[in-house]
Amino acid sequence: MGTMSVVGKTLALDADGHLANRADWNEDLAREIAAQEGIPLLTPQHWAVINYMRTIFEKEGDAPSIRRLTKESGVDTKTLYQLFPKGPAKRASKIAGLPKPKGCI
Amino acid sequence: MRHLLILGGGTAGTMMANKLAPVLDEQEWQMTIVDISEKHYYQPGFLFVPFGTYSLRDTVKPRRQYLPAGVKVVISGIDHIEPGRKEVVLSDLSTLKYDYLIIATGADIHPEQTEGLLDEEWGKSKFDFYTPRGTERLGQFLKGWQGGKLVVSITEMPIKCPVAPLEFLFLADAYFTKRGMRDKVDLHLVTPLSGAFTKPKASQVLGDFLERKKITVTPDFGLARVDSKEKKLVAWDDTEVGYDLLVSVPTNMGDACIERSGLGNELNFVPTDKETLLADGLENVFVIGDATNLPSSKAGSVTHFQSEILFENFLEHIEGRPMTARFDGHANCFIESGFGKGLLIDFNYLTEPLPGEFPLPGVGPFSLLKESSINHYGKLMFRWTYWNLLLRGIELPIGSAMSMAGKRA
Ligand SMILES: Cc1cc2nc3c(=O)[nH]c(=O)nc-3n(C[C@H](O)[C@H](O)[C@H](O)COP(=O)(O)OP(=O)(O)OC[C@H]3O[C@@H](n4cnc5c(N)ncnc54)[C@H](O)[C@@H]3O)c2cc1C
Repeated sequence: MGTMSVVGKTLALDADGHLANRADWNEDLAREIAAQEGIPLLTPQHWAVINYMRTIFEKEGDAPSIRRLTKESGVDTKTLYQLFPKGPAKRASKIAGLPKPKGCI
Repeated sequence: MRHLLILGGGTAGTMMANKLAPVLDEQEWQMTIVDISEKHYYQPGFLFVPFGTYSLRDTVKPRRQYLPAGVKVVISGIDHIEPGRKEVVLSDLSTLKYDYLIIATGADIHPEQTEGLLDEEWGKSKFDFYTPRGTERLGQFLKGWQGGKLVVSITEMPIKCPVAPLEFLFLADAYFTKRGMRDKVDLHLVTPLSGAFTKPKASQVLGDFLERKKITVTPDFGLARVDSKEKKLVAWDDTEVGYDLLVSVPTNMGDACIERSGLGNELNFVPTDKETLLADGLENVFVIGDATNLPSSKAGSVTHFQSEILFENFLEHIEGRPMTARFDGHANCFIESGFGKGLLIDFNYLTEPLPGEFPLPGVGPFSLLKESSINHYGKLMFRWTYWNLLLRGIELPIGSAMSMAGKRA
C-alpha cells in the first residue's frame, strides 16, 4: 500500500490511493489532495459536495454514488463533472478523505 | 400456520425455496413463491448467445420444474410490499399475507435512464446482451455484420456480473478472428471505471489482456447521452466516442415494485445488513441476490454463498435465537477469455482477487487470475452446475466463506 507526503508528514494510503486513516484528514489536506488531482482551487460548491459526502459517510459508512449526489446534494450531474472531472464520486471521496464508494463495484 | 413468502423465483428465490422446503415442517409452515413468468432463464448463458455458442433455447427452463413440491407457486406481477401490515399486493391488487418475507426480485437493465439510448435505433445499431430479447437480436445482427467499430459501453455501476462486458469483448475478439474478419473490427470498451475492473490487481491483469487482444479502453467516461444520428457517445464533460455498433450495458436497477414500496435506494436496491442479510429497519424481512444494496458483486455465485448464510440465519431467527452466520462478500467468477480459455477470480468484501490456485493450494485444478483451458471448462460446466446443484440448494465443494488457501498476496 502507498503513502503520500505532505508538509513533512507521511500518510498511509489504501489500495485505491485514498487516505487509509480518516483521522489524518483536515481541510488543508483536502486542498493538497485536490491540487494533486488537478483541482487547484476548492470553491464553496466543491466544499458543499465534499461536506455532503462526509455527512453521508458518517451516517451510513459509505460515500454516495453520483446518482445519489445529483439527487440529494442539489448539484446536477453536469456540474459535478465540471467540479470533479472524470469521476465525481471517486474524486470527491478521495479529496474528502473517504474510501472509494463501494457502489463502484 | 406460519407463512413464508418469497418474492422472485429466479436464482436466489429458487435456491432458498429448495433449501428451506425440506427443513420447515409442513404442518406448521406454508411457503409461497411469486414470480411474473413461467420461464427461468440461466442469465450467464446470455453472454454466449450473440456468438452462436448457445441459442436462447439453451438458456431457459420451466420455472416450476426447479421449485420443490409443497411450495405454492403464484405467477403474477408484484405491485408492492406493505411491511407495516406484513402484506404483499400483487398486480391484480389481491394480497398475500406473510410472517416472514424473502425479497429476491433481482435487477434489470434500464436503457430509458440514459438520454438518447432507447430510441428507434435500439435493436438496430444499439443492442444489449443482458435480456433474452436483446441478446438474441444482437446474435442475429452479428451474423450479417461486415465490420466497423464495435463499442461496449457501461453506463453506470453497479452492474450484474461486472466481468460480463470484458468477457463479451474477449469472445468477440475470438469470434471475429474465426470468421476471418478481425482486421475489419475495431473493439472498444467505454467505462465509468478507471480501468478494466473494480479491484486494482484484477484490473491490471484484465487490462493487460485487453491490450494484448487489441481492445481499446476509454476509462473514466461518465455517459451523459447517446447521439443515435451521429452514432456517438457523449460524456458529461463533452468528450465523445463514436461507434458503428453499440453494445450497451445500461443502468442496472432493482425492480420497480421496490420503489413502489418505498424501500429502495436511488437505484431501487434494498438497504440490507451486509452480514446478516436482514432488510434494514424491517421486521422479519430478508433480502438476497441482486436485489440487495450490498457492496458485493451482483452474481449467481455470490447469491449462492448468500443463500447458505441466509439459510442458517433464517432458521435461527424463526426460533427467536440470535443470528450467527455472517456473509463476508464472497464472490467466485469464471471469466471467459476466448479461444477456449478462461480465468477465475475469487474475492470478498475485504480481499481483492489474488493470483494462485483454487480450491487446493499448489494443485488447483483451477488457476486464479491466470488464463487456462480448465477455467474455460469450469465456466461451461457452470450451466450444468446451475440447473442441477446450485438451484436445487445442493452444497458445492466451495464454502460460503472465502478461503486464503492457495492465494498469493
Ligand atoms: C449477461 C449476464 C451474464 C452473467 N454471468 C454470470 C456469471 O458468469 N456468473 C455468475 O455467477 N453470475 C452471472 N450473472 C449474474 C446472475 O445471473 C445474477 O446475479 C443472478 O441471477 C441473481 O439472482 P437473483 O435471484 O437475485 O435475480 P434473478 O435471477 O434475476 O431473479 C429475479 C426474479 O424476480 C422476478 N421479479 C422481479 N420483479 C418482479 C415483480 N415485480 N413481480 C414478479 N416477479 C418479479 C423476475 O421475474 C426474476 O425471475 C450474469 C448476468 C447476466 C445478465
